[in-house]
Amino acid sequence: MKGNEAAAEGAIAGGCRFFFGYPITPQNEIPEYMALHMPEVGGVYLQAESEVAAINMVFGAGAAGARVMTSSSGPGIALMQEGLSYIIGARVPCLVIDVCRGGPGLGNIGTSQSDYWMATRGGGHGDGRCITFAPATLQEQYDLCREAFDVAERYRHPVMILSEAALGQMMEPVVLQPRAEPPPLEKPWQLGGPRHGRPKRVINSLYAQPPDLAVQNRELAALYEQVTREQTRWQELGDDDPEVLIVAFGIPARCSETAMERVAERGIRTRLVRPISLFPFPYEPIRRWAQVAPHTLVAEASIGQMVDDVRLAVGDASQVTLFPVLGGLITTPEEIATEICRIVGR
Amino acid sequence: MPRTDTPLEIPEGMEPVATRPQCLSDMPFTYCPGCTHGTIHRLIAEVIDELGVADRAVAIAPVGCAVWAYEFFDLDGIQAPHGRAPAVATGVKRAAPATVIFTYQGDGDLAGIGIAEVTHAAARGERITCFFVNNAVYGMTQGQMAPTTLLGQKTTTSPRGRDLRRDGFPLRICELLATLDGAAYVERVAVIDPPSIRNAKRAIRRAFQVQLEDRGFGLVEFLSICPT
Repeated sequence: MKGNEAAAEGAIAGGCRFFFGYPITPQNEIPEYMALHMPEVGGVYLQAESEVAAINMVFGAGAAGARVMTSSSGPGIALMQEGLSYIIGARVPCLVIDVCRGGPGLGNIGTSQSDYWMATRGGGHGDGRCITFAPATLQEQYDLCREAFDVAERYRHPVMILSEAALGQMMEPVVLQPRAEPPPLEKPWQLGGPRHGRPKRVINSLYAQPPDLAVQNRELAALYEQVTREQTRWQELGDDDPEVLIVAFGIPARCSETAMERVAERGIRTRLVRPISLFPFPYEPIRRWAQVAPHTLVAEASIGQMVDDVRLAVGDASQVTLFPVLGGLITTPEEIATEICRIVGR
Repeated sequence: MPRTDTPLEIPEGMEPVATRPQCLSDMPFTYCPGCTHGTIHRLIAEVIDELGVADRAVAIAPVGCAVWAYEFFDLDGIQAPHGRAPAVATGVKRAAPATVIFTYQGDGDLAGIGIAEVTHAAARGERITCFFVNNAVYGMTQGQMAPTTLLGQKTTTSPRGRDLRRDGFPLRICELLATLDGAAYVERVAVIDPPSIRNAKRAIRRAFQVQLEDRGFGLVEFLSICPT
């Protein structure tokens, strides 16, 4: 199936029953799939008047305890930053999928990872982050979307999937699971529905007194520490004594895998660390392998965004080289293999 | 927010003839003396009590002077981003259709930054009720020009009066929304004297009734006073 359809079906299988969105290429198959299939599971699909409205509809449905999501691409995700900040501040679980296209501005609809900063530093203004996962295959895209609601509800926090135009548009086989019923609505904080005399509940990000906001933000900081302990995910493969450590996620990680096979024919030893969670970022395995490998290659489809995090992990232990793929172009294993050869001088 | 923890004591031999509506909390209002927000809060609370829907009502608070509305109503509540209350209300209503939901928004919130959200909620015939408090200025930020500021009206950002050539005309929200088929009930009321206040309460009741009767979107505009 198509990647965007895999994402949408994954979300439904994970119990998502409410979708609010607005059309934008290259993610249109997600709302189209939801419009067609949500009624089969008694869910609601609603096309909003804008991404601004869509994320606030997500806010409302999430506050009522529903498993709810939206999807968009860079320009639309940018419009959602305000709502995301309120959702983080008010601690409402939900899923946001960014099928990343080229930017800045209107950019183009080519495949890209240039929303890395927005996804990992964003969640709008203020002291919040987004728990962000990045798939590299359509199976992983399906699985992450299916699991996202459990993660979001566990931490009472939004989850973002940073996908890419290529992952949205390409086709691969995907093993589907039965569609799960969402867990019973009642959560100790949700509102709406009969109160039956219980005290009122408020979903709110306003803490007008600085000491109160400080307490709230300390709780968020503690939550992010817990998320870092429990949700840091990565995959690694390759040689145990690498000359070159490669750090890449998504499509560039897949190209890197093939490139590693090519350079192995020339006797060049490499190891790939592929971040699956972008926040929390897998600093530790990168730090560990950078102690071994004199060279670190960062391949990413952006001007050099994830490389910031890699440099934080590597420090002075290894020479970091950035291989940026820009403008919505797609890289090839040959290009990455050539870059690896250039770095090691063979 | 300060909270009054001492209940009013009724002196010996006297009995209360007017009390706080049940769904208003004991939180003291943050509104300025002379402001009509308090009157409007009370009227909405009285109607919710009388309709017997407090148990399933949700209040969506705006950004602006009424940002703490969720504190003043003893109801489930959400504090929404600036102008987005009708979108938040849409999400709640779709996820929990039995909820009786209202937004409480000022003129900057609803007629300025949030005009898209309220217009499309009305066009969809969203089963929500919007209370639009129009005092023709941005009150919380100390009195800047609003989308509903009248021509010639002086504000901190129109110090020589709203200028037609520079600022254009004020918006007429009720007239705009009344053209939409999804809007089942739209009315503008004043809250300046006992007859107009009684009339405003009647309008609030009708705006809730179109939601309860599943007829469509409802909005009441209050011509309000900002003493600041």
